[in-house]
Amino acid sequence: MILILVAVCAPLGNTCLAKGMTSLPELTLAHPLALFAAAFTPWVALGIALLIGFFASYLTALSWADLSYVMLATAWGNMLVELLAHFCLHETVSYQRWLGVVLITLGVALVAPGPSHTIQAAIHDHAAPAEKGAQQ
Amino acid sequence: MNLTSLPVLSAGFWAAAAMIAAVVLSSTAGEVLTAAAMKSIGDLDKIRAHSGLKGAIRAVLTSPLFFAGVFFMAVAFFALLFTLNHLKLGLAGPATASLTVFTNALAAKLFLKENVDRRRWTAAVLICVGVYFLAH
Repeated sequence: MILILVAVCAPLGNTCLAKGMTSLPELTLAHPLALFAAAFTPWVALGIALLIGFFASYLTALSWADLSYVMLATAWGNMLVELLAHFCLHETVSYQRWLGVVLITLGVALVAPGPSHTIQAAIHDHAAPAEKGAQQ
Repeated sequence: MNLTSLPVLSAGFWAAAAMIAAVVLSSTAGEVLTAAAMKSIGDLDKIRAHSGLKGAIRAVLTSPLFFAGVFFMAVAFFALLFTLNHLKLGLAGPATASLTVFTNALAAKLFLKENVDRRRWTAAVLICVGVYFLAH
């Protein structure tokens, strides 16, 4: 559940921020308060909330799993944005991007079933191999 | 033949490489320090169950490593803004996103002593190339 939150919240949060910021008039350093006010517009506020959710779930995941596991197992969030863009927003996704989606899917499928923690993996290798990945 | 006409030997190439390296290295330092902080704190779910949400937040906010990680993440953010101001998004985006996947896996093995086995390296390479295609 935590890994799903990590994977989903970051790309969706960035997308909301991008959508919110591009819909606003151009901001300049001459009017810094306008930047502050932008944080209270619906899309930007939703983006900030999602990114706070991402950071909290990311910290929780890192407290019990390896960085190299969390980083790789949550990479499918990137392709979620592509799939949403294609199926929900009906945007054209190039063959190059579909190739990226396929490669990320293969990478995540390869790493996700493996052990999430280095010490835990060593214990399980000797004691109970069937329990590998139970904490995922 | 004028050697400086080669792209690899031009000043622009090295400036671009330095900017991308600054983003990738500061981002990796931030991720590794944050991961080290969370490993030293322990499982946040268990801390929350024992001491409540305030106890979990206190455990995170009293860790110097956590603030060091956040500092480098902030450096990476501003380095990315600076890089995007000088390089095209089509170059800076894919290069920083894909290289960070690889350097994080390497740093996790070197500094956090994680078991980055052949399965994780293969996944890292697949995801690295996949993210490059997605971001391009």
